[in-house]
Amino acid sequence: MSGVFEFLKGCVRQVVSGGKAYKAWVAFLLATILVGALAYAEQARGGLIVTNMRDEVSWAFYIGNFTFLVGVAAAAVLLVIPAYVYQWKPIKEVVVLGELLAISALVMCLLFILVDMGRPERFLHIMPFVGTPNFPRSLLTWDALVLNSYLLVNVVLVSYLMFKTYRGQSYDKRIFLPLVLLSIPVSLSTHTVTAFLYNGMAARPYWNASILAPRFIASAFCSGPAVMIILFQVLRKAFKFPIQNEAIWKIAELMSYAMFVNLFLLGAELFKEYYSATEHLLYTQYLWTGIGEHRTLVPYAWFALFCSVVAFVLFLIPWTRRNFATLNLGCLLIWAGVYIEKGMGLIIPGMTPDTLGQIYEYKPTLVEWGVAAGVFGVGFLVFTLLVKIAVPILVGTFRAEGAAASAEAPDARVAAH
Amino acid sequence: MRQKSTPWIVVLLAALVAARALASQPAAKPAAPPEKKKEILYEARPPPFSDGIFPCMECHKDQKDPTRRELGFHDEQQAVFDHDAEHRWCLDCHDLQNRDVLRLASGATVPFTESYRLCGQCHGDKYRDWRAGVHGRRVGMWDGAKTYLLCVSCHNPHSPSFKGVKEITVDGKLTVAPTLEKIKPEPRPARPEEMRGWKRPAEAGR
Amino acid sequence: MTSRKALNVIQDGGADPLGAEPMNPSRRAFLRTAAAGAAVSALAGCGVDVGEFLRSHFKELSRDELAKVLAKVERRNKERFGKDTKVTAEGPRPGVEFGYGLDISRCVGCRRCVYACVKENNQSREQPQIHWIRVLEMEKDHGVDLAHSELYYDADTVPRPGKFYFPVQCQQCRNPPCVKACPTQATWKEQDGIVVIDYDWCIGCRCCMSACPYGARHMNWAEPKLPAAELNPVQHYLGNRPRPKGVVEKCTFCIQRTRNGRYPACVEVCPVGARKFGNLLDPESEIRRVMETKRVFVFKEELATHPQFYYFYAT
Repeated sequence: MSGVFEFLKGCVRQVVSGGKAYKAWVAFLLATILVGALAYAEQARGGLIVTNMRDEVSWAFYIGNFTFLVGVAAAAVLLVIPAYVYQWKPIKEVVVLGELLAISALVMCLLFILVDMGRPERFLHIMPFVGTPNFPRSLLTWDALVLNSYLLVNVVLVSYLMFKTYRGQSYDKRIFLPLVLLSIPVSLSTHTVTAFLYNGMAARPYWNASILAPRFIASAFCSGPAVMIILFQVLRKAFKFPIQNEAIWKIAELMSYAMFVNLFLLGAELFKEYYSATEHLLYTQYLWTGIGEHRTLVPYAWFALFCSVVAFVLFLIPWTRRNFATLNLGCLLIWAGVYIEKGMGLIIPGMTPDTLGQIYEYKPTLVEWGVAAGVFGVGFLVFTLLVKIAVPILVGTFRAEGAAASAEAPDARVAAH
Repeated sequence: MRQKSTPWIVVLLAALVAARALASQPAAKPAAPPEKKKEILYEARPPPFSDGIFPCMECHKDQKDPTRRELGFHDEQQAVFDHDAEHRWCLDCHDLQNRDVLRLASGATVPFTESYRLCGQCHGDKYRDWRAGVHGRRVGMWDGAKTYLLCVSCHNPHSPSFKGVKEITVDGKLTVAPTLEKIKPEPRPARPEEMRGWKRPAEAGR
Repeated sequence: MTSRKALNVIQDGGADPLGAEPMNPSRRAFLRTAAAGAAVSALAGCGVDVGEFLRSHFKELSRDELAKVLAKVERRNKERFGKDTKVTAEGPRPGVEFGYGLDISRCVGCRRCVYACVKENNQSREQPQIHWIRVLEMEKDHGVDLAHSELYYDADTVPRPGKFYFPVQCQQCRNPPCVKACPTQATWKEQDGIVVIDYDWCIGCRCCMSACPYGARHMNWAEPKLPAAELNPVQHYLGNRPRPKGVVEKCTFCIQRTRNGRYPACVEVCPVGARKFGNLLDPESEIRRVMETKRVFVFKEELATHPQFYYFYAT
């Protein structure tokens, strides 16, 4: 196993070397992490009272970000399914990047849960065997289970693939394929279980709608690939990484279907709420029109809808889909739209008005922004470093000594099929 | 836990059919009430009379006119009197012969400490509720000795609709007397927006 | 009575519609001690109480361990407040199932219960202010309608014309959504119906707060502010002992009083006698009299939480 040590040493070398832009980017991320650490220290000292969460709105910005990022993580499956099930070659080259994105998103998810906890040092109480997890009754234990499983599957999959490619060997299908196939249901279940976490709460009518899980999946299939499309273009330029236009356009086409479903489900929900107009309408009203003078979320809700509709149109029309300017604009709009819709737009109206009909208008504090920035900093740093290692392996510039330094390295994986 | 709960529900269903509620309980959970503590009821101290008003007979010794009329005295009661004023007057409840006791409709008399018997003549449903502990306030043990208040602890007999009460001491014991003013509520809870003043322990001077 | 008992009563992690139950915590005691060993040394360095870290779940504590835990709470109280306290863990009595009745036609909204509760149960007074009882002012025109209710009413005198009052606290559900949601079994329903929290086991994730339809669970967003002079020294481990920062707390029917036969503080203080309490299994109890002679209803019955807290209109 001396090869592993060599491999790790090589990884470190990859990570510390890089151009000015790379170093500036890493420095920026380290700075945001520092901001996050300082903000978290403040929170650890004073308690969660430094956030604007209160009994009335007891989950907020952290959990909103968590929910959005679960969607990003789950979206890796969008790339995995066609690549491995339908053996569609161009996408297969980039699946590994989707998995890296999933790993980074999952790291952020777990961190957001951790910073949201009142007693994070008691994390052992939820762990199987050493703690007393309330399994299977508590949905949070399910969520912890699937998120960690998904993380594990992705880490194993990526490490195995990278190490084999690094050694210039082709991977063993008997190990690789079952893991890939496993990652598909696990990925879908992460998002489904997260939706069920809210969905199962009869106390919160805004969440207690069976349409929630399908909406989660649909919006995840929009937001995750949006990141990937932009990333592919960066990698193509920076590393001469062979990603074909065809692959990007295919992903964009799949996204437009997902966006249609997402908008349709939103429409279905809005119809039901506004037409039946029961007391449960209040929560939807708080998001879209406000209740009396309480209108904090209203501009965000409409902005998110605007983004989603424009992005949908841009992705639907083949000409704008294939034009990289409009394509990238669409990706940004999707990101913004889903971030609002699945983050604050989901969590806050679920809790406003509260279960006793009282309205507390939540807005995150500076500390919350700081902690969130830190978590995103960690996530982006993880992703940056993983990509920094993975891409040279995939393009064949980072290889074990003596390994076949073949130019057509990415095909080493494909060759196994 | 499961072994316990399953036969429990089965037995309950059986009990439902047999309409025998607590006769057959599973050994797992002896649900029959344990031997009850003897329930002792203590009467609270009644609210005091106005200063120097009792015994009434000191003034009323020679007043034996039973006709209903405007009184030239007891203005303080006449001013607030609101107890079916159209039909009632003093001697419906106060005894003509002995003003130091109260008079039931039957003509029998009761001491002031048992005034609830007088109230109960008309307010039968409230009286029953009160005796069972459904109406009125009690203090003490839910399964044992407890102190109950009298009707007049909370309701001014001359203006009985509930307005408010105040705590008073009678014979060195805390009890309650009715007031003619409505209750002032305690301060409202802090709004979540107001709970933002977290200070570092050093600044807060802990 | 039979029909009432035939409700789907959830006893302490028993069967529920999901059909599954949490694993027996005692099996884990050994595993935890073994596996946690490595982490202990690290945490000890960070000022985390190692004994607490290694402790077992409340329900798996032996008599001796429990005594030690209680002694430790007393010691901590002494350090924190400089006062001697008596902390017990009195268990449920067999044959007792608590029931609570609240007479909506009597309540005048004076909030005496709110502050009596705060005092009895050692809640944080401010920053955060924690009230286990929330009195809602409602409009007679609308009935029990939360969208037209006001928690923060200010009035010179109560009741105000056209309003009625609806106090809400933990309903001690027979089918408690909070217990289902808790990921660590830090909250559970006891045999006498009281839903309790072990403040030393709660991780502060607030799933229970999202799950509770009654706003009955409250978070210690900061270190509770409780003046030593106002500390109630008679304490129950699962009830009114002072809480640490970052955990959730709730009404326990004054477990430290009611397990010893006393009325809850809110029942005793209520100036209009709107609050009734007793043993549902005792046909002579005040609460049973309420249920038999009055018509009771439960709050948010559509959620099938089956509260042990009943509202009624005596007139």
